[in-house]
Amino acid sequence: MAYTTSQPQPGGFLSRLGFGGAARKKPAAAAEEMKRVQFTSPVLPYLFLFPQLAVIFIFFYWPSVQALSSSFYIEDPFGFGSTFVGMSNYTDALFSAEYQSIALFTAAFTIIVTFLSLSIGLLLAVKADRIIKGSSTYKTLLIAVYAIAAPVSGLIGMMFFDQHIGPFVKMMSYLGWNMQVGLNYYDTAFAMIVVAVWKQIPYNFIFFLSGLQNVPVSVREAAMIDCRSGFRRFWTVVLPLLAPTAFFLLTINVTYSLFDTFGLIDVMVKDKPANNPITLVYKVYNDGFRGNDLGGSSAQSVILMIVVFVLTIFQFRYIERRVHYN
Amino acid sequence: MAAIDISSVGKIYNGGVRAVSDINLDIKDGEFIVLVGPSGCGKSTLLRMVAGLEAISEGTVKIGDRVVNEVEPADRDIAMVFQNYALYPHMSVRQNLEYGLKNRRTPKAEIDARVNEAARMLEITQYLDRKPRALSGGQRQRVAMGRAIVRKPAAFLFDEPLSNLDAKLRVSMRGEIKRLQRRLGTTSIYVTHDQLEAMTLADRLVVLNGGQIEQVGSPLDVYHTPASTFVAGFIGSPAMNLVKAELQGDKLAIGPSLISLDGYAPTSGAVTVGLRAEDLRVVSANEGMPFIVEYVEELGSQRLAHGLVGDQAVTIALSGEAEITDTMWIAIDPSRLHFFDAGTGKRLEARATVTATAPVPEPVG
Repeated sequence: MAYTTSQPQPGGFLSRLGFGGAARKKPAAAAEEMKRVQFTSPVLPYLFLFPQLAVIFIFFYWPSVQALSSSFYIEDPFGFGSTFVGMSNYTDALFSAEYQSIALFTAAFTIIVTFLSLSIGLLLAVKADRIIKGSSTYKTLLIAVYAIAAPVSGLIGMMFFDQHIGPFVKMMSYLGWNMQVGLNYYDTAFAMIVVAVWKQIPYNFIFFLSGLQNVPVSVREAAMIDCRSGFRRFWTVVLPLLAPTAFFLLTINVTYSLFDTFGLIDVMVKDKPANNPITLVYKVYNDGFRGNDLGGSSAQSVILMIVVFVLTIFQFRYIERRVHYN
Repeated sequence: MAAIDISSVGKIYNGGVRAVSDINLDIKDGEFIVLVGPSGCGKSTLLRMVAGLEAISEGTVKIGDRVVNEVEPADRDIAMVFQNYALYPHMSVRQNLEYGLKNRRTPKAEIDARVNEAARMLEITQYLDRKPRALSGGQRQRVAMGRAIVRKPAAFLFDEPLSNLDAKLRVSMRGEIKRLQRRLGTTSIYVTHDQLEAMTLADRLVVLNGGQIEQVGSPLDVYHTPASTFVAGFIGSPAMNLVKAELQGDKLAIGPSLISLDGYAPTSGAVTVGLRAEDLRVVSANEGMPFIVEYVEELGSQRLAHGLVGDQAVTIALSGEAEITDTMWIAIDPSRLHFFDAGTGKRLEARATVTATAPVPEPVG
């Protein structure tokens, strides 16, 4: 590797670019230097960063700027030009009753999915952590679900709720619930939440399990001597030590519920009659690519961007403060 | 405060591995017991069985008048100090100290009084609001001790509490533990692999080997009358010289040399003889055993000469100024010899019983 300083690079392309300085260090300092590579040329680090930065600019900032600018215009449906309309795309979106009800559903959906997938993941991880016999089998079975590709697992989830062959629908019919996914607003919402939670549990499980295994055994034992109640021990010692993991997962799960459920919602409500629950992200897609209202859809995505921005600040300012990093 | 009675205790792990077998130990109220032995001898397992962190496979453990085999660790009225301190990293020092008391619904005023007293005793008052990660190793160890003290338990259990500290701090903390235990008078079981720590702390030493007790006794008893070659080799530094020898009537043959025993011979035939390095003295040429010096360890106050008697390795301790030549002649008072069965390694009592009454040097470390 060109990064190790033990390997001198006399002349050569790399040393000309700036590796020479590090390579000339004394061997005694070599071990220390292994971790810190120093560049003598000021251009080289940027050269290395360039591919990553290019990806970020081309696929992230450029579309964002495009969205921001087109959100102030109304686009001709046939692509013949656009008219500047100021903030009216925003006001149209924010003050429409449809947008408000979708926003409400998105919020409820995000909170429920995040809460359920986190708590079920944690519960399973705690139980798996306690098992002594056959624990590896149990853990592998739970983790294996995560190895299934997301669309496949989404499709499997959907089959559970299929009107004709779905076992869940049949089961519910025995209980007197005439479930109509894709027709009834609440039935669809229910199915959507169940599948979204189901898909996310293994991910949370893996992280919680590894978090639990990072809680030092002796700290747990000390707690066993200090506190009789296992539940209280979990609540006062184990959970606080899991907080960094939980905080990370909270961020990931909120993002998942908001954005990554897109495919799932698409499969569930596409080609179905109207008045099905959808999230804001799906509405952006619907309005922009189905409805050809690029300006309105851009305005909505800018609103979403602001929401995510505010959420992120909130999480790091108010929740992370309570998190103890070891 | 309570006595602890360990009777016929054994531990068999899942899969049939036997870690501890048939331990009988009567610990008196207020006594400081040190379990010492090499790693894997079962000393920690035994302690953890008393604590309730390991299930007891055989026998019973009594704390006070109560058999605690099936009692939860929190209900055994014990406090434990762990090797890596096991402080709760997310709690401040004060919260660490309070935690066990709060869970036992101790009144707030009582908690405050006990925490403040313990903090004063351990000189950690100024750190009470810090998190453990902001403390040094020695300070963390004090907090761990404090967490045990505030509980006022029937017994303290120490699991190698000083192994993570540097040598100097270890010596001072050792003294502090001893002083605290004297002052509080709490029954204590202390596990260590360090024989010096064991010697200095213990009221009674329990030497363990292979999951069994080799010897129980006061530090000096164990030092002066080791019950087996294992104990002889483990307690004392430098370790006791153990050489193969043969008893011929009242004479002891070590290699080519013959030593007259003045009636101390316990038996006849092949034996293992133990000679403490500090009991061997240098004599003038041709009077004792020839000793070929191989190398010298300088300890400042002492010089340790390692060499051979016949073809067997022997170490002798000399004063700091002593002259060392390539070949020296060494001798030992017959009353200072330790005899062990050549086969079982068990101690054979010499006939003229005058051991352990003579003044003895401090253990060297």
